[in-house]
Amino acid sequence: MLLHHDFERCVAEGPDTVAIVRGDERVTYAELAHRARILASALQRQGVQRGDRVALFLENSVEFVAGVVAILEIGAVFMPINPSTKDDKLAYMLDDARACALLTEDALVLAWRPAVAASPTVRTVIVAGDISAGARAGVDELPWPSEGDAAIRTPETIDQDLAAIIYTSGSTGFPKGVMLTHLNMVSAARSVSTYLGLRRHDVILCALPLSFDYGLYQVLMAFRVGARVVLERSFSFPVKVLEVMARERVTVFPGVPTMFSMLMALKNLDRFDLHALRMMTNTAAALSEEHIRQLRAIFPQATLFSMYGLTECKRVTYLPPDQLDLRPTSVGRGMPNEEVWLVDEEGRRLRNGSTGELVIRGSNVMRGYWEKPEETAKCLKPGPIAGEMVLYSGDLFRTDSEGWLYFVARRDDIIKSRGEKVSPREVENAIHALEGVYEVAVIGVPDDVLGQAVKAFVVLLPGVQRTERDVIRHCLARLENFMTPKYVEFVEELPKTGTGKIKKTGLV
Amino acid sequence: MQDFKTPLRKFIEDNFMMGSNGPVFTDADSFMERRIIDSTGFLELVLFLEETWGVTVDDDDMVPENLDSLDHLQSYLSRKLHP
Repeated sequence: MLLHHDFERCVAEGPDTVAIVRGDERVTYAELAHRARILASALQRQGVQRGDRVALFLENSVEFVAGVVAILEIGAVFMPINPSTKDDKLAYMLDDARACALLTEDALVLAWRPAVAASPTVRTVIVAGDISAGARAGVDELPWPSEGDAAIRTPETIDQDLAAIIYTSGSTGFPKGVMLTHLNMVSAARSVSTYLGLRRHDVILCALPLSFDYGLYQVLMAFRVGARVVLERSFSFPVKVLEVMARERVTVFPGVPTMFSMLMALKNLDRFDLHALRMMTNTAAALSEEHIRQLRAIFPQATLFSMYGLTECKRVTYLPPDQLDLRPTSVGRGMPNEEVWLVDEEGRRLRNGSTGELVIRGSNVMRGYWEKPEETAKCLKPGPIAGEMVLYSGDLFRTDSEGWLYFVARRDDIIKSRGEKVSPREVENAIHALEGVYEVAVIGVPDDVLGQAVKAFVVLLPGVQRTERDVIRHCLARLENFMTPKYVEFVEELPKTGTGKIKKTGLV
Repeated sequence: MQDFKTPLRKFIEDNFMMGSNGPVFTDADSFMERRIIDSTGFLELVLFLEETWGVTVDDDDMVPENLDSLDHLQSYLSRKLHP
């Protein structure tokens, strides 16, 4: 059972069902399959083989979805990359994974062309939109095929093979590629769509980036049941998104706390006919008890799922909605076909009513980080059955007497802003590249809308003048938008430990 | 007719773009399409409009037709301030 088999079944059972809506575009399962096939054929003719990595660098679009299906159909491995990524980091990921091809769009050319030029392995770029002049030699830049040969050779892929590599930020300053097999992803999609109770007639609004597993799985789960996904590029204009939700009679709205905050700040929400909305989900960061209360009051007809997960295993736990009144701040106690428990500092399993690190056991747990055995060994450790590995989440939870989980803290220093992971080290490295910067320390500070905002403390070299805006603009050129500091404070010096390392506790 | 485009272009270039590395954008270019401003960026832009010209940007005003290009912003502000 491979990840795209569900999609193929839906195509056979309901070819004329609309699968994806994006702006004015409405694409049926059959049309999507056709587009994917033509693309798959083109990729194979360009020499993409089973196991090869193909990067997807696109805004939310029909092309993105067709790309995922196409890559899977030829047994290759898709690497979804946030479209806000700048050229240096994109180059790093293409190089790290030794990607052979890139599916992208012309609007992002300023980021991908230099990255591809720097890549020794990428030989093919397939570009949606009119390709800007300036292609460099040695790389085939091809227009996105709309017609053509749809014949492919189906490879001998099994569910132990990789389906995707999803990069995630870490404390080290370099992102790590989470290796996910077909089995990992099928298992996760099955588990999540089961507890959510997704149905064939559901219409899912996805304003989350498809490059983020939360967004990606809206499509993967829709493909399990033959549902429809309405894609939005962002939540920049909440009023517009609500109009679309009303027009499309959206039944499912997955969000992160930042999106819910923006929604709840709007007045006169009842002028939008959202009676079809039956379900909302939240993950990536915790919703406050007050926000949960307000959301349920505004949308009494919709059930709310509070959930927690990590890219390394897709999702860990969800709170059954009937528990929201009893324990609104819990994220549940697991999900189907998975086992979770807490361990102490020595890795010993803890009883209910304790605080410790959350460990996850299940078929949804990743294979490891691509070509990073040391990083992998820090979080994948032997499980109860010989040969199996379980995932140490790096997050601290406590359980109540009945085993319900409550998030306590991260063990690492990752910041969560707008529900996205921000590595302080990555931001510090970027700021260090600005001339005149002597020392930097980056922390997260509480923010009503963002959850956490990124704040940088900067020590400049003597005689150097820089403004907050200089630092922020410099970061915008190098980092994804959600990683860029909201605040920059210039200080004379940073607090240090006895051994001379920068001490962040105490910085606010 | 009051010129809003010039101070707005400067604000956007100063606050959202990469200095001389930033993409050149025309008055008609969509900020979203060109990835010049993102979701929280529009919140900052709205704050700038409110602080600079004293307009109140209602929820309903927060739509691409009003905010998503210099041309749109020029029309929007002209309507709000000189009805």
